[in-house]
Amino acid sequence: MTSYNPSVFLLMVNGQIEGANFPEYDDLYCKYCFVYGHDWAPTSGLEEGISQITSKGRDSSRSLVWNFPLDITFKSTNPFGWPQIVVSVYGPDSFGNDVVRGYGAVHVPFSPGTHTRTIPMFVPESTSRLQKFTSWLMGRRPEYTDPKVVAQGEGREVTRVRSQGFVTLQFNIVTKDMKKLGYDTTSTEVFMHVHKVSPPQ
Amino acid sequence: NHSRFFSDHIPSSKMMFPHTTPTLSLVVLRKRALSQYAWWFVFVGVSLCLTNQAETGLPSAEEAYNFFTFNFDPEPQEDQHKGRLKRRPRRGEGEGEEEEEEREDEETETEDEDLFIIDQSARDFLEVTRAECMEYSTRVQREEELLFTPSTRPVPAYSKLPENVQPRYLEEEGLYVGERPPVSLSNQNILENRILIIYKFDVLFLCLHSIAVALHCSVELGVLSISAQTLTSKHMNRYTVGIGDSQGDYQLDVDVSGLVFSHHPLFSREHVLGVRLAQLCDQQLSRQHKDLNRLLSDKVSGLNGLRNTNEYRMCFIRHTRRLRDAEQEKDRTLLKSIIKVWKELKALREFQRFTNTPYKLYIRKCVEQASDELEQEAEVQAEVAELRAEYTEDYETKMSGYRGQLEEWKSWRRKEKVLKKKQKQRKQLSRDEEDEGSEEELGEEPVKPEAPEKPDLAGLEQQVRKKAAKIRRRPGEPVLLPELTTAGPVTPNEQCPRGELARREDVTKRSLYIKVLYNDKEVSRTDSRSLSTDFRVHFGQIFNLKIVNLPESIKLQVIYESIGSSSSQLAEVCVPIPESSVLTGTAPSEELEFSSNQRVMFNHEGVGSDVPFSFAADGSDRHTLLTSAKLSCCVSWAVGEGGVPLAPPTSQPAAGLHSGLRQRDAIACIGASGLNDMKKLRKWAADSRLDPNDPNNASIMQLLSVAVPDYFRLEQLQEEFNFPSDGELDRSRRFRLLRLRSQEVAEFRNLKAIPALEREISEKVFEDYECRLKEVERVDAKDHIDGHRALVAKYLQKVRKSVVNRFLITKHHFILSDLVIEEEIPSIGILGLNLFKLAEPKRPLKPQRKERKKVTAQNLSDGDIRLLLNIIRGYDIPVRRPNASKPVGARKGSRSYGDPFTSAHSSQTALQGSEWPLGQPVIQPFVEVSFQRTVLRTSTAEGPNPCWNEELILPFRCAPSGDYSTSSLQAVRDEVFINIFDEILYEVVEDERERGASVHTRIERHWLGSIKIPFSTIYLQSRIDGTFKVATPPVLLGYSKERILGSEGGYDAVRSPSEGTFLTLFVTIDPQLVPGDPIREKKFDTQETERLLLACELYEKDAHRRFPDRRCVTTVVDMNGKTVFVTRFIRPLTPPQELLDAFPNSPQETMELVARYVSFIPFLPDSVSFASVCDLWSTCDQFLTLLAGDEEEHAVLLCNYFLAMGKKAWIIIGSALPEGPTAYVLTQEHSRYLIWNPSTGQYYGQYDTFCPLQAVGCLINTDNVWCNIQVYAAPMRMSFDVTKPKCWKPFFSRTFPDPGLSSVQPEYLVYRRTDQTAAAELQDRIEKILREKIMDWRPRHPTRWNRYCTSTLRHFLPKMELSGGREVSEEHRVDVLIGCLISGFPLHLPFSEIRPIIEAVYSTGVHNVEAPSVEFALAVYVHPYPSNVLSVWVYIASLIRTR
Repeated sequence: MTSYNPSVFLLMVNGQIEGANFPEYDDLYCKYCFVYGHDWAPTSGLEEGISQITSKGRDSSRSLVWNFPLDITFKSTNPFGWPQIVVSVYGPDSFGNDVVRGYGAVHVPFSPGTHTRTIPMFVPESTSRLQKFTSWLMGRRPEYTDPKVVAQGEGREVTRVRSQGFVTLQFNIVTKDMKKLGYDTTSTEVFMHVHKVSPPQ
Repeated sequence: NHSRFFSDHIPSSKMMFPHTTPTLSLVVLRKRALSQYAWWFVFVGVSLCLTNQAETGLPSAEEAYNFFTFNFDPEPQEDQHKGRLKRRPRRGEGEGEEEEEEREDEETETEDEDLFIIDQSARDFLEVTRAECMEYSTRVQREEELLFTPSTRPVPAYSKLPENVQPRYLEEEGLYVGERPPVSLSNQNILENRILIIYKFDVLFLCLHSIAVALHCSVELGVLSISAQTLTSKHMNRYTVGIGDSQGDYQLDVDVSGLVFSHHPLFSREHVLGVRLAQLCDQQLSRQHKDLNRLLSDKVSGLNGLRNTNEYRMCFIRHTRRLRDAEQEKDRTLLKSIIKVWKELKALREFQRFTNTPYKLYIRKCVEQASDELEQEAEVQAEVAELRAEYTEDYETKMSGYRGQLEEWKSWRRKEKVLKKKQKQRKQLSRDEEDEGSEEELGEEPVKPEAPEKPDLAGLEQQVRKKAAKIRRRPGEPVLLPELTTAGPVTPNEQCPRGELARREDVTKRSLYIKVLYNDKEVSRTDSRSLSTDFRVHFGQIFNLKIVNLPESIKLQVIYESIGSSSSQLAEVCVPIPESSVLTGTAPSEELEFSSNQRVMFNHEGVGSDVPFSFAADGSDRHTLLTSAKLSCCVSWAVGEGGVPLAPPTSQPAAGLHSGLRQRDAIACIGASGLNDMKKLRKWAADSRLDPNDPNNASIMQLLSVAVPDYFRLEQLQEEFNFPSDGELDRSRRFRLLRLRSQEVAEFRNLKAIPALEREISEKVFEDYECRLKEVERVDAKDHIDGHRALVAKYLQKVRKSVVNRFLITKHHFILSDLVIEEEIPSIGILGLNLFKLAEPKRPLKPQRKERKKVTAQNLSDGDIRLLLNIIRGYDIPVRRPNASKPVGARKGSRSYGDPFTSAHSSQTALQGSEWPLGQPVIQPFVEVSFQRTVLRTSTAEGPNPCWNEELILPFRCAPSGDYSTSSLQAVRDEVFINIFDEILYEVVEDERERGASVHTRIERHWLGSIKIPFSTIYLQSRIDGTFKVATPPVLLGYSKERILGSEGGYDAVRSPSEGTFLTLFVTIDPQLVPGDPIREKKFDTQETERLLLACELYEKDAHRRFPDRRCVTTVVDMNGKTVFVTRFIRPLTPPQELLDAFPNSPQETMELVARYVSFIPFLPDSVSFASVCDLWSTCDQFLTLLAGDEEEHAVLLCNYFLAMGKKAWIIIGSALPEGPTAYVLTQEHSRYLIWNPSTGQYYGQYDTFCPLQAVGCLINTDNVWCNIQVYAAPMRMSFDVTKPKCWKPFFSRTFPDPGLSSVQPEYLVYRRTDQTAAAELQDRIEKILREKIMDWRPRHPTRWNRYCTSTLRHFLPKMELSGGREVSEEHRVDVLIGCLISGFPLHLPFSEIRPIIEAVYSTGVHNVEAPSVEFALAVYVHPYPSNVLSVWVYIASLIRTR
């Protein structure tokens, strides 16, 4: 048997959007989607999803729990454009309008194993106080034209955002043929510490 | 009971180990403080000391073994209370019970014999009694009386110490305290308590102490060895060179210092004796050094002196004495043998009359003091007393044993008597019955024991004295101390006899060297040294072995060389591999003994090896000696620079080690490889709080004291970090591909999944790109036909490139609204509108099409997108003309604007109605849609105004790469052709006779007209809905416009102003695609003033807010990518003079001609040429040079011409069908307005129903921009009077006057005359290509060309051009058509490239005629206009002979 020479490597991501910590809001749901580069293609699984609405727990931590599963497999020839998951959280405001409560993105971890990620969530700010008031009144908060904006750096300098809370994700990563293509992502010391993404300025 | 087991050592151990002896306990004591078990053994030992009173004698080895292997049962409760417990008699029990039974029997016997008989019933044997049970409290009480239970409470410090002594805590004083093995606190407490109690007998403590001291020296006593040494060495003496640190710098130093032969074949007899003497003396010296004798003597005397004598102490004393006696005896024999050997040696020297060895023995005599005798006497006395006591004791035990046996024997006797009696009685009672079962068996008659004899106490003293005499020197005898020197003279060679001389010569011939073998490989060898006369070889060489492999064995081979013969291996010595702590300099030299069983014989004085020889002359007393020697060498680990040991770390200890050990063991903590990492080691040392004063840690501390360099050499691994050179990067195809993609080069912009490996990328990938790069310089004349076009194409490329680059830069600029959707502050109006919306009916009577869900392009793949065409109905489709045609009525001389196209119709219709045969339909049209070579058709309808109402679904396959991104979708150049055909059935009569029986028909279809809709239009508008004019050829052979006036009079009135065929269509894409975002031009460079731009923004914003559907344009982007105010494009420009000269009398026709001229300039939408880039406006000269542009360029040029012609003209920015957002030209003629479509050259009245213009957004003039603020945007329902402020909102007003903007247009246009010959050449070329193409399209049929018809048509075409395509003259047909069925039409196209012409011909489907006798005619005419504008006519026809 000749040796198997892969031309693509596979990245299998499963895990879940475990929950969130939004101190001020309740009854939230979230959407997720993946953003990835040209050389990447999902081979199976769902690229985007929308979760159920969850209410805060009665315990002291008052956390929101979705436990919304993620399961997707990518194939790629190039680590450039490594997939990012974009999570956006929505929920009703005091008038019952569905408004956005936070955007956040994080790269899918690249070393195999279990990883937990806590992403800070933020929303764009209104340009003026008056607009802030009217947007509150109308239930039309400022939103990103596309949630995927948060996964890229371009054009972010024109926005102002405010942090809202945190979403915790858990990933189980399996890779195939990465090493054969010359990409070694497994470190000798498996680091499991929670990776935090700082919110944009 | 069991749970108390450990606290009840004293009695229970007595029960369990009846044969254990004090010796054992001594042995056990040696392991004190070594392990947990050791502590426990101490308990046992101590308890034995206390309790083992009745025991005498030493344990045998077997007993000792049993002690440690016996499986103890916690049984002894019964035995303990043996005497007191009343037990139920039962037969068949063990021996012990029998004794009791016997006793009982004895009692009964003495009482009464009759009772005894009664008791013989069954009841008597089965006595039921209550279970014996002792109350717990009483039992505890009893036990307390009997047992000693030390408490588990901690012992206060004061009670542990002597009075007036302060406790010391060494650890706190900073001294190193070795780690103790872990012992549970309660155990420790118990022991402490116990010792405290025992301490009261201070005797014992002292005793224990001295024993411990004695044991320290005595090695012979080590019967058992569970020593700490083995415990730790198990883990310490293995090490390995780590796998990872093969570069580890390890060095072994092998020091081979010398060799001393203890026997050599060349030894003379004297040598043999000398060596033996030397050995004995050595032995004696070492014994003397140890002086065990005195130690034991002291001990014995010390023990004797103690006041409290008891059993176990006696035992100790006895044992020690015995040991001492053995030692003394050995000393004495040794001394004797030394003297004996020395005597022999002397005898030998005398005998042989020469000396070979320098040995000389002196014996010193030391005279002892007078007390010596007394001392010995006392000792003898003590021993005698002791022995006497011992014997007495022995006798007593024997006596008690004898008594027991005697008793037993007596009872048996009694039983026998009783039995005999019973048997007699039984015989009397029942004579007949034989009761054998009840007959009792009496055991064998026990032997009558004999009383032990009394020990002979008198003889004891005799015995002792005799022994003393044997092993000790006599009192008063001097102590002899032998002393060996090597100072004696050796007889020189010349005085020796021949045999001896030969031997000595032989010795000098011999030489030796040593090979050093590491892991069975020879690594080095010593120099060869000759054997000296005293058989010592000195090498004194040190070999430094740098090792890489794990040391497995180090061997030294002693090789024996003799001059004249080959060398031979004498022996191989294995040197133990040193522990890593054994370092050079500190390691002692070792002596390794070896021997060889080689048989060597000589014929001279040498004794040889393995050969029997004798010292005596008579040959008795034979000895056989083997060659043997001592090799002194030393193997140790080298010490590197700065005292770093070059030893490998010791291996990782086995799992399950003590946690304490683990913590202390560096290897366990940081792994073997970590030892090379100084930082890790240092960290570990800090973590484990390594004691710097501990000698064990000395090596580590030394290691750590060597400074770890804290600088970092950057260039250390420079080679590995070097980046590939530029050349390498350029050569890499993959990298190039990636780079081109990131530069967004068109070919690679949307490339997906660039292969990961270089070899998977073919060279061909770049071929297209490189071709394109070359093309910029090289012009492909074939594709572009005429040189000028090629240059234009080249220029276009350049412009495009620069614009794309500009665009790419701006694309990456973002403003807030790009990223964030934010609601504007609502105004009252919008609030009101929202309120109004609430009142809208939920289900309106006229439902509107709802917006569908938009799909982002990323998720699409092949086959997902479909094109939906709903063909609803058609109007005014030409009808067939009967075969016999009549000349058409005369042409109208002049035409008015109101009725420009109705020329021939009225005259034709009249005759047609009558001439069509009844039952024959006027026309049977169907619609065929072709898109990307997929063809679908509707069913056939009937009549000139058919209604199909059919939906056709065409698949859409996108760009070659399968890329469905917005930009690539916009760049799709495919067009949708919607063709109307007439379906004609011909009856083919093959045989007249069959007419009644079978019908043969041939279906033929004739093209009537087509609509072209570019895909980009559909894509950008997402849906196209309306009635479209069908482009019909000016001449349709065999067809004419038909009008049935009578039937639809009322409708006709509305329709009358327009002319032509129409189709109502609805076209859309499923799913709805998100069109690309329009690009904000504002971000481009500009030369306009800030104020103007601000005003523009406000103006547009306002217009957008009020009328979101209407387009309002104030600024546009020019070819250079700069923002320009739109009015700058408008400037009167003179059209070519020859156009103006063509119709000098009729300005109307001149205008038409000018419009036609403009429309001949090829149409090329911006979105195609500049994919996904904004709308670009080019100036008129650029436009004429490029000869390509979209609606805006056409409109601007036309508008400028009209202005130059003195007309009032505006550009209309609005939307039209089917092109969507577009630009038209509006002219004012007296009181009415005409709307010109600049792309087609058609014009429409304001109230024309079929005017394609659907909405008007704004008007643009040289001076101003007016925004449409009327309620309606449709041209029919609005006013074009720009002076009305209610209808039109001007940009420049009184508040913001026109700053006087200069035009960007040139002052005048330069026209070049087009070369006639070039046009003719092109004409031939196109004709040739089309002929070939048609033949290609008909692969299964021969294609015949009718030359006559072709030439006729060729003559006809220039006339068509002259008449503007409108003048329908059909006379040319008549002569050709005799006997032929002809169908065909001229196509009129602007010329840009050859490809669109081919496509247009193909779409007509003329080549599809499959009649066997069909012939074709093809004519091409190219009419040149100024500035290379070419009008192309293609006339294609098919002829079928009817005769």
